[in-house]
Amino acid sequence: MTDESAGKRRKKQDGKATAQPAREEPSLPPHLELQRTHVVAGADINANTMSADAANMFMALGIDNSWSYEKFLKGFQLRINKMDKENATLEFDIIGIDASIANALRRILISEVPTMAIEHVFFVNNTSIIADEMLAHRLGLVPLQVDPNLFEWKQGEDVASERNTIVMGLNIACRREGTKMINTDVLSSELKWLPEGSELPDETLCRFVSSQAEILPNGMAPTVDNILLARLRPGQCIHLEAHCIKGQGREHAKWSPVATAWYRLNPEVVLLQEVGGDAAEDLAAELPGLIVVQDGKACVTDPRAHDILLEKVRRLSSEERWAPYIQLRKRKDHFIFTVESTGILPPEVLLQRALDIMIHKCQELLKDV
Amino acid sequence: MGAEPPAEDQDTKMEDAAKMLASDPSKLTQPIKELKDKYELLPAFLQVRGLVKQHIDSFNYFITKEIKKILHAKGNEQITCDVDPSFYLRYLDIHVGTPCVEEDFQEKKITPQQCRLRDMTYAAPIHVDIEYTRGKEILQKKGEGKAVLIGRMPIMLRCDRCVLKGQSEARLAKLGECPLDPGGYFVVKGTEKVILINEQLSKNRIIIDKDSKDQFAASVTSSTTERKSKTNLVMKKGCLSLRHNAFADDVNIVAVMKAMGIESDQEIIQLVGQDQTYASLLTPTLEECRNLQLYTQQHALDWLGSKVKSNPRGFEGPRKQSKADEARNILANVIVCHVEVDRYNFTQKVVFIAVMMRRLLNAVMDESLIDDRDYYGNKRLELAGGQLSLLFEDLFKRLNTDLKRQAEKQLVKANRVAQFDISKCIRTDTITYGMEHAINTGQWKINRFRMDKKGATQVLSRLSFIAAMGMMTKITSQFEKTRKVSGPRALQPSQWGMLCPADTPEGESCGLMKNLALMTHVTTDEEEGPLARLSFMLGVEPISSVNGAELHAEGTALVFLNGLVLGVHRRPLAFVSAVRRLRRAAMIGEFVSIHAQQESVNIATDGGRVCRPLIICDNGVPRVSNEHLAKVKSKEWRFVDFLRAGLIEWLDVNEENNSLIALYQTHTRPETTHLEIEPFTVLGVIAGLIPYPHHNQSPRNTYQCAMGKQAMGNIAFNQLARMDTLLYLLSYPQRPLLTTKTIELVGYDRLGAGQNATVAVMSYSGYDIEDAIVMNKASLDRGFGRCVVMRKYGTSIKKYANRTEDRVVRPSIAPGEKRPAGRMKLLGQDGMCSVGEVIQPGEVYINKQSPINTRDMVSNPHSLPDNAFKPTPMSWKGVAGQSCVVDRVLLTENDEGHRIFKVMVRHTRRPELGDKFSSRHGQKGVMGHIVPQDDMPFSEKGICPDLIMNPHGFPSRMTVGKMIELIGSKAAALSGKFHYGVAFGEPEGLADKVEDISATLVRHGFSYSGKDFITSGISGEPLEAYIFMGPVYYQKLKHMVLDKMHARARGPRVTLTRQPTEGRSRDGGLRLGEMERDCLIGYGASMLLLERLMISSDQFLVHVCKHCGLLGYLDANLGCAVCPSLKTGDQMTAMKLPYACKLLFQELQSMNIIPRLSLADM
Repeated sequence: MTDESAGKRRKKQDGKATAQPAREEPSLPPHLELQRTHVVAGADINANTMSADAANMFMALGIDNSWSYEKFLKGFQLRINKMDKENATLEFDIIGIDASIANALRRILISEVPTMAIEHVFFVNNTSIIADEMLAHRLGLVPLQVDPNLFEWKQGEDVASERNTIVMGLNIACRREGTKMINTDVLSSELKWLPEGSELPDETLCRFVSSQAEILPNGMAPTVDNILLARLRPGQCIHLEAHCIKGQGREHAKWSPVATAWYRLNPEVVLLQEVGGDAAEDLAAELPGLIVVQDGKACVTDPRAHDILLEKVRRLSSEERWAPYIQLRKRKDHFIFTVESTGILPPEVLLQRALDIMIHKCQELLKDV
Repeated sequence: MGAEPPAEDQDTKMEDAAKMLASDPSKLTQPIKELKDKYELLPAFLQVRGLVKQHIDSFNYFITKEIKKILHAKGNEQITCDVDPSFYLRYLDIHVGTPCVEEDFQEKKITPQQCRLRDMTYAAPIHVDIEYTRGKEILQKKGEGKAVLIGRMPIMLRCDRCVLKGQSEARLAKLGECPLDPGGYFVVKGTEKVILINEQLSKNRIIIDKDSKDQFAASVTSSTTERKSKTNLVMKKGCLSLRHNAFADDVNIVAVMKAMGIESDQEIIQLVGQDQTYASLLTPTLEECRNLQLYTQQHALDWLGSKVKSNPRGFEGPRKQSKADEARNILANVIVCHVEVDRYNFTQKVVFIAVMMRRLLNAVMDESLIDDRDYYGNKRLELAGGQLSLLFEDLFKRLNTDLKRQAEKQLVKANRVAQFDISKCIRTDTITYGMEHAINTGQWKINRFRMDKKGATQVLSRLSFIAAMGMMTKITSQFEKTRKVSGPRALQPSQWGMLCPADTPEGESCGLMKNLALMTHVTTDEEEGPLARLSFMLGVEPISSVNGAELHAEGTALVFLNGLVLGVHRRPLAFVSAVRRLRRAAMIGEFVSIHAQQESVNIATDGGRVCRPLIICDNGVPRVSNEHLAKVKSKEWRFVDFLRAGLIEWLDVNEENNSLIALYQTHTRPETTHLEIEPFTVLGVIAGLIPYPHHNQSPRNTYQCAMGKQAMGNIAFNQLARMDTLLYLLSYPQRPLLTTKTIELVGYDRLGAGQNATVAVMSYSGYDIEDAIVMNKASLDRGFGRCVVMRKYGTSIKKYANRTEDRVVRPSIAPGEKRPAGRMKLLGQDGMCSVGEVIQPGEVYINKQSPINTRDMVSNPHSLPDNAFKPTPMSWKGVAGQSCVVDRVLLTENDEGHRIFKVMVRHTRRPELGDKFSSRHGQKGVMGHIVPQDDMPFSEKGICPDLIMNPHGFPSRMTVGKMIELIGSKAAALSGKFHYGVAFGEPEGLADKVEDISATLVRHGFSYSGKDFITSGISGEPLEAYIFMGPVYYQKLKHMVLDKMHARARGPRVTLTRQPTEGRSRDGGLRLGEMERDCLIGYGASMLLLERLMISSDQFLVHVCKHCGLLGYLDANLGCAVCPSLKTGDQMTAMKLPYACKLLFQELQSMNIIPRLSLADM
């Protein structure tokens, strides 16, 4: 590979990649190796987007491309970059897996990790201007801080009980006190947990045998308490009961535990040949911080610290002047994964559960094989 | 006349320069400053004008001025009686009050919202002050409380008499009214009606044309309040003749001139023109006249008298006069009747006809002088006020003839018991119902013009806020839709700035239905008298003091005032600029227009001209300066101040043609006379919603104009208090990220009809062909495109002839139960359904009962026993499976005391496959597929599109505006600032340039092109292509699958033919039509054909007599089918045929045609 002046981290990996195959097995020619490991972000097209996962892909060259546990162990890394408690966001690098695995994780996070959400809303009174159905829909989307693992699924004909249903009540009336209006905004904090179950068991057909306080000793509430649900004027009131059940994001987005979860490939900025002299200065000026001039030569710093410039790198790489020198590449087996939880569970727990589900699925699959 | 240097103009220039020097000498050296925020004039303009000022102005003019003119018009002011000469009734004055209703013998003020809900008419009483005789006394009834009511006038919302006029937003909210509602419509019997603007050829103007036979013709449509008549002057075989309905034949024009008192041929030629060519062109006509041996006025009149059509209808009086007198009367009163003839002094009319001849001959010599009928300066728009005044005058006349008839009937009796008091005979119904009926049905029947127009009004479309706005600017043309001519449909250059070039429907009425542009105003009539006097003072020589030779002297020009010849001016250009200066100084009306054309100067003060405001320029320098604009910004100055200060003026189409108008300030030249306020005002309200319309292919903008009206959104702030028959609302409407100034001015940003959807332009799943869109399921879960459909159901309590009436009673409740059971379960104690209940098909929402006996008199109509009633409940006919909810229930009473029940049933819908969506660029598409979020592609920033659109939508449609909207919205979302896409706005900084948008994108780490690096959600691998992705404002259109889907296996049939019913509403079958039949025949699928056409439709078993071929009948005695002629069942055989066929045979038989079936074994 010609990109000697790549960044620090890149060098380390390169060292690994070049050192090992040299000793043990014949290595791929550089252009094929590039195709195998990198997506090249070109001017109009991303080259080599396909995963090179077929075992016999390089058979003709005498190279075995099959997956092996040892190789995986050697290459696999998981690094946590950022754990933002406040925004319930987790960012981690996962290196050495295939896109399909990373994608499975993402898909499970979005649509298969179960959560609790309001499903049935029983209106006792609603004199506000917002229609019952709309308010019910809004309530459904309120994330609730409760561990779904403590509850059972409520399927089809199941009777609502303390083990599969959480009951919350909302009773608010707007009134005038002097010149002030009280309770004009109905916030999610008004949703009150009813550990003893429904207050109208005849209508809702939900009767608890024992108090739910045992299951949820710390109680439960919406994760955020300033979500605006409705607005009232004096004389209007809302009185309702909301029953939450366990569900999956694939059925309705309200059960999705994540705001979103996604990954991107690790970007690499590569200088294809040595850039020196005025050209180096110019390049450094075009990409301040990303390219620095050392000893009259341009060299690349950390591309991930300069995310905003990456698009510019791509654009420069399509310009006549810079095309021979610079290239933006993305490593195919290095995923920068972000999980933005809705706050129901911390993202690291979500990750754990997603992995559990994936393992479970794999086991199910193995059973059938 | 162009030879004379415009000395006056130079004078003004000098004056201006001197003024400038005197005020600030440094100004001369300063460069011209670029006007900043010229756009600020627009809000100021719309603040005073509103968007429907033209309607309101015209109505105000009608109820304040025009109505008085009608009252005092010649035939209307006084009613006399042929029996008693001393009797009279004279109208002194007329007033239109404020809207009110008489209830329990008390007048109560009403608001428009009350009228809508209570199915009443928003009308105000019309009172007249009268003076009349009762016996020998002369009495007066006038003033407050005494004036006599003659009827009720429907009141236009937001006019001077309306309670909503000039109210604050808070006050409007109290009255139940939406502050953004423009007004300008009527509420008649609870429905909102708009009187459409009507486009006509202007009246009383000469138009030179070529008729169908390629003959030159000059025509005038004269119109007075009494009469309408069309006069043509045609050039036939070199001969000029007059063509008019009053004459059976074309008559020689020279003869007509002679009949009007111009006996000398030379004088006639002089009146037409001094030039030799006119004389030679007139020679054949003169010769023809001489051949007829018409030399004197009497000759000519006698001859014309012989040509008069026998018994011309509508012409006054029985035939008492001689033929010649009749001809003279026709010449005086019918031919070009708008030129008044006082005591048979024909001078004015002669000059007018001479001018017609001259212009016709000019056109003969130079074909370029032929007028263009479609030129918009030749058009007049008739608004609500004008149309109502025609109607009112007619009704008023009817009222008067009615009164006269009554008076005659009473006064003819020799000895009456009481004195005849005519003021007690005035019936208010004639006018009240006449007006109400006309507006309600749109049938405009004007007896005196023998006019019967249909469809003059339309129900105000409340589908969306924009649809309602668009309706107020709609213009219909009198032109026939079926005629295949392109002229009137084409976009005329003179419509620039006056009419919206994009907003017109497709199909048959394309180009005939137009819409006003944003700043257009339509004038109302103005007094002519003062202007005529002023013209004389400014040097116009009246015709009476000018001889024929001077009329067309070199360098002079004829001065016309509203089509009438006023006189001659020797320095026309100076005259024109003098009048303009007076107008700019606000000494004469702001809408007075003056323009010089060829050899004439035309002053127009008539109503119905379209005009628009422009900034005045001196030597290419706009009079509006940045200081002025600062005053607007600080609200110190209003728009009228600009008009008064002479910085801005109104130009109508004709005067616009005399000006050089610069589009942008950079385009100004020394000759420039005006500067546009903002170029985007060429578009109307609806086209103004489109971002970057100037980047789109033009038909796309037209499509969007049609679709914007179908978009669901918020209708008005009072939408939840309205009881419309059908209401479409969007649950979460948004404000477009990419807005325009028009959007803000109209209030679309407060009553939006769409949502900003993140769109990825890529191919996905194959369910996106033919403009279908692929939708993200999670987006739908989160509320994208969710809508509410509300429908009104209701009934009213009927009163019957025997004074019994319907009643609504509470349902019977079984003992021990809390609520009624079965289909009565929604009903409350009042017999009406309870709000918030889910309603199922068949369930009763109003438990109405009707008396069984409605004819015979009963002793106690109000306390009938229960068994005298039969149940007639209103049950809901909906579709099962939808969860519809009772939203509101209203019980009220209209002004006639009928109780009305209204129930709104609400249905909340989530978008489903097949629902229609569209962007703002005429790109509609149905939802083809719903994809879970995990299958959706995602970008490196984690963004997942809400919908995916196929890129094939772009190349053929060329909606570049949509692409710019996409990247503009993306930049808006990233920078947190709304971006603008005002039409033609880039040079003025009102539209963000693509360059700047791209820079914003790059600044936030996105590609300048708006394309993102996308990973497939299915495989997890990156996509090869970069995907164009960003937010686009999408509208949900009212066409939803739920309302349209239909299938039937078996179902109802039509009684007559026993074939399946037609249409979804009747659960009908799907017809296998002729063409489908042809296919089956061609294919040879005979059994399928038989099945489709007979077995599955109306198969019927008949018995046919083999002998006579007639259809038999079943004889009950014999127990078998019998032939009708043989009377035996021996020859009968059974066969199957379509019932419709059997029906045909029987129908033929009833016409004495015997169809016989000849049967054979196969």
